[in-house]
Amino acid sequence: MDTKRTVFPSQGLPYLLVAPQLIITIIFFIWPAGQAVKSSFEREDPFGLSTSFVGLLHYLRLFQEPDYLASVGRTALFALAVTIISMGLALVLAVAVNRLIRAGTAYSTMLLWPYAVSPVVAGILWWFIFNSSTGILPYMLEFFGLDWNHQLNGTHAMILIIVAASWKQISYNFLFFLAGLQSVPQSLNEAAAIDGAGPFKRFWTIVFPLLSPTTFFLMIVNLNYTMFDTFGVIDATTAGGPNQATNTLVYKVYTDGYIGLNLGSSSAQSVILMLFVIVLTVIQFRYVERRVQY
Amino acid sequence: MRSNELLSIDVNRHPSVIKASSERQASSIEGTGRSVPEGGRLVRRAFRFVSYCFEHIGPVLTHNTGLAGAGRPDAVALAHWETTMKTLNRVGLAALSLMLSTSVAFAQTEVTWWHAMGGELGEKLEEIVAGYNASQSDYVVTPVYKGTYAETMTAAIAAFRAGEQPEIVQVFEVGTGTMMAAKGAVYPVYQLMADMGAEFDPADYLPTVVGYYTDTEGNMLSMPFNSSTPIMYYNKDVFAAAGLDPEMPPKTWEELEAFSRQIMESGAATCGFTSGWISWAQLENFSAWHNQPIGTLENGFGGLDTEFVVNGPLQAKHWENLKNWQDEGVFQYGGPGGGADAPSKFYTGECAIYMNSSASRAGVLANAEGFEVGFGMLPHYEEVEPQNSIIGGATLWVLQGADEGQYKGVADFFSYLSSAEVQADWHQFSGYLPITQAAYDLGQEQGYYEANPGSDVAIKQMTLNAPTENSKGLRFGNYVQIRDVIDQEFQALLTGDKTAQQALDDLVSRGNQILRDFQAANQ
Amino acid sequence: MVENRPWLTFLTHFVLICGVVIVVFPVYIALIASTHGPTALSSGMMPLLPGAELWNNVVQVLTEQRRGVAPFWLMAWNSLWMAIIITVGKIAISIISAYAIVYFRFPGRVLAFWLIFITLMLPVEVRIIPTFAVVANLGMLNSYAGLTIPLIASATATFLFRQFFMTIPDEMMEAARVDGAGPLKFFRDILLPLSRTNIAALCVILFIYGWMQYLWPLLVTTDPKYYTLMMGVKRMAAVADADPQWNTIMAAVVMAMLPPVLIVIFMQRLFVKGLVETEK
Repeated sequence: MDTKRTVFPSQGLPYLLVAPQLIITIIFFIWPAGQAVKSSFEREDPFGLSTSFVGLLHYLRLFQEPDYLASVGRTALFALAVTIISMGLALVLAVAVNRLIRAGTAYSTMLLWPYAVSPVVAGILWWFIFNSSTGILPYMLEFFGLDWNHQLNGTHAMILIIVAASWKQISYNFLFFLAGLQSVPQSLNEAAAIDGAGPFKRFWTIVFPLLSPTTFFLMIVNLNYTMFDTFGVIDATTAGGPNQATNTLVYKVYTDGYIGLNLGSSSAQSVILMLFVIVLTVIQFRYVERRVQY
Repeated sequence: MRSNELLSIDVNRHPSVIKASSERQASSIEGTGRSVPEGGRLVRRAFRFVSYCFEHIGPVLTHNTGLAGAGRPDAVALAHWETTMKTLNRVGLAALSLMLSTSVAFAQTEVTWWHAMGGELGEKLEEIVAGYNASQSDYVVTPVYKGTYAETMTAAIAAFRAGEQPEIVQVFEVGTGTMMAAKGAVYPVYQLMADMGAEFDPADYLPTVVGYYTDTEGNMLSMPFNSSTPIMYYNKDVFAAAGLDPEMPPKTWEELEAFSRQIMESGAATCGFTSGWISWAQLENFSAWHNQPIGTLENGFGGLDTEFVVNGPLQAKHWENLKNWQDEGVFQYGGPGGGADAPSKFYTGECAIYMNSSASRAGVLANAEGFEVGFGMLPHYEEVEPQNSIIGGATLWVLQGADEGQYKGVADFFSYLSSAEVQADWHQFSGYLPITQAAYDLGQEQGYYEANPGSDVAIKQMTLNAPTENSKGLRFGNYVQIRDVIDQEFQALLTGDKTAQQALDDLVSRGNQILRDFQAANQ
Repeated sequence: MVENRPWLTFLTHFVLICGVVIVVFPVYIALIASTHGPTALSSGMMPLLPGAELWNNVVQVLTEQRRGVAPFWLMAWNSLWMAIIITVGKIAISIISAYAIVYFRFPGRVLAFWLIFITLMLPVEVRIIPTFAVVANLGMLNSYAGLTIPLIASATATFLFRQFFMTIPDEMMEAARVDGAGPLKFFRDILLPLSRTNIAALCVILFIYGWMQYLWPLLVTTDPKYYTLMMGVKRMAAVADADPQWNTIMAAVVMAMLPPVLIVIFMQRLFVKGLVETEK
């Protein structure tokens, strides 16, 4: 991991600066997460009245389950699709807004609006829109001869959760792309324009590389969002169905642990999921970050 | 509406608000003319605005609700806000401050009840509790909303593990197995009532309602609060348009199929029927209604080593039919869990018949715009005489760890809850089943069932026959997860991945695995 | 703008209008639903034009007092507190820890970064029982501290500041050191003003994050004096065995959107182009 070429010489100050964040993280995150790791090796009733050590039983059981292995691939597809769609659309919109001076504020307020929708109803809104009896989308798709039924068609269900999860993230990505674009020095762009570079060429050769720290940031944050924070949307729309076609890793942790109270197995699942994402993140820091221009 | 007008007038009259808004106007005027805004000044202004809010609104809000006296309220502001706030929320604030202050003012024993009733049912629940609190002066029950059923149960378990549990928690029926197995955590109701010397006669309760929550000796472990059973709703107008007798709901599945086809052919509706809660209505209740076992050892009542046997020929036949009917459009699937898509299929007139909880009655009547709703019992196959249906809903569990004074309060409150008047009121308001015979009798005396046709279908269906081993209810651990498996296997059937027999066989073997986990964790 | 190409300007507006239509559509549905009666969404084709019930629905949400539910104003007040504490707290602790990680070299630096980073993973729902135990043992149930502090650690903000600091040319710091500026002076006089755009963006995101909390408040509070707005919405929407009153729920949702939208509009004034001229 990089740092500056030159740094401040200091003994105690950096520790003082990271201390508040670290203390809160350790007390409210690392410690409870450690408890989850511990309980993944145990068999326990929900009330914690009887606990026994079972070793790797929960892990071995998971890897023997074909459904579990299938949901790994499904999760990867879902994460990739949501990250690409939400980041791609957000980048296009941010670049467009960045070109405008006066109307930009109005557009970006509209584009940030969805982020203000309460998460309690965000999934429900998509459920309304895609509802096969009353929803507007199945009604419109009927004109194109498409019989929409996400309750029985796995592909439809997957499209639905990708759309709903991407939508929730577009505003977020848009905002940070816009903030990143605002920091790109106008003088560079102007210099290139004088050299005769067209707008698209200028974007790819000058602006996009300068945006790479933001892009890298968003890539990692979006990956984590799709991996960990999408169970609400899935629960409100498809509930993992049909026949587990939209049952992602985190949704399974959510239903088995938070809803089903099967603590041992769901802890093992969270540990696997966490390791999986940590590895993915480390790989990105190792290899993708090299291409980032700071 | 008047109170809102008052609010806007008063707010604008308030001197400091006028100041603040003119300041804001000034800032926006400045803002338009400037090319490079001073971020620092904006931030400062933001903080000034926020601290203005904190200083002026906060104390007034808290003052009004009787929550805290901190802050230094400016007298004029206070007077203005007090008038508006009072007009605005008079009833509620009074109730809230009463609720909060009573616990401080008198030396009453406090009993906390965590519940999962949102919406209007939650308000009715609060009303019942307020009625209890007003009826005596020894105890005060505090209801606390804790989210959905699953969230409430998880919250109670997390709280129990941290030693912060409430005395009473409302748990849905599928959590029964988990609660029962947690012997050190729950205080069985029959024992509580005996220990506290409360009047309690198990014979007063409707056996089919409380049977679900008794042990094999017939002891009541939790107090039923909101129980329901699936029934059949149908669109009378569609029946008439299809040339069927609108007063004659189908009695058997064979009739239901024939009626559906007639309806579809006549064009009166595009689909025959839909159903909420596939697992509950089309497997669990289906089995009980046809007197078929769901699991060994009296559907799990007899012990933790129970196994599923729900893959019998009759269940396989029914699921096979559902699959074929789905393909032909006679049946339309409403989704997993509660079947969120099912209600609108019936409300829009798309499907003529709809099976769902008897507690949905009020919602069905409100949403069925433009047609008349009929009610009927669940259909049965011709070769079998119907038995009785089983319930769903939630009960109140008492948790260990409180002191005797509080348990006395719990017992006293449960006696109040079971009284015929309270029960009849709750049952008639909500559509949930009454838990005592006396409440049912009271409803009949009041002429409630005559005035509200269809409101007693559920009770009649529940009490059609004395319950057997197969129709008393079911008791399986980790049942929330097993319900998910049932939905998954049903979807595998509908998508054509499995035959009905395969789906049910897989359901049994996957379900048994989960049962063994539960058994191992609870020994 | 560098040059004026009408077709490009046209394309820009076209893309944006399409984007807005797609992105805002679900919000529009919420708005429409808040203007109809209770059964409009469930018993017929979803309406696309506003109805006449908005005023009634809003009045109902604001004035109709539900037993056991804290008044709308009080809940909004608590949500505001929560959102502000979380926003300010997260930004404050994140910017200083990112500063330490980028501008100092000390043993345990990488470990500290990863320990902070890991909080991106496993949301509260998934580790709920042990987290609740910690908060209960610290005696933080039913307090603003319990509502906010466990949510204040932020990998996102730390990571964003780290990314931004990395883009600031090293020469700036070298120049500051030549002028004799210490680490704190450099941070206050140079880094903080430069971070303004990012702070504004984070304010928007974190304010909304804090404003939308419902599960955590639901778990750690049992006292109506700490109830938040989203808990109220949740209580209206999560009804068992009954049909939710979508009209009033959506009216509450629409009203709950106003403060976040105001924050968005307000913070955008810090977004003016040319504000941050970091010359490379």
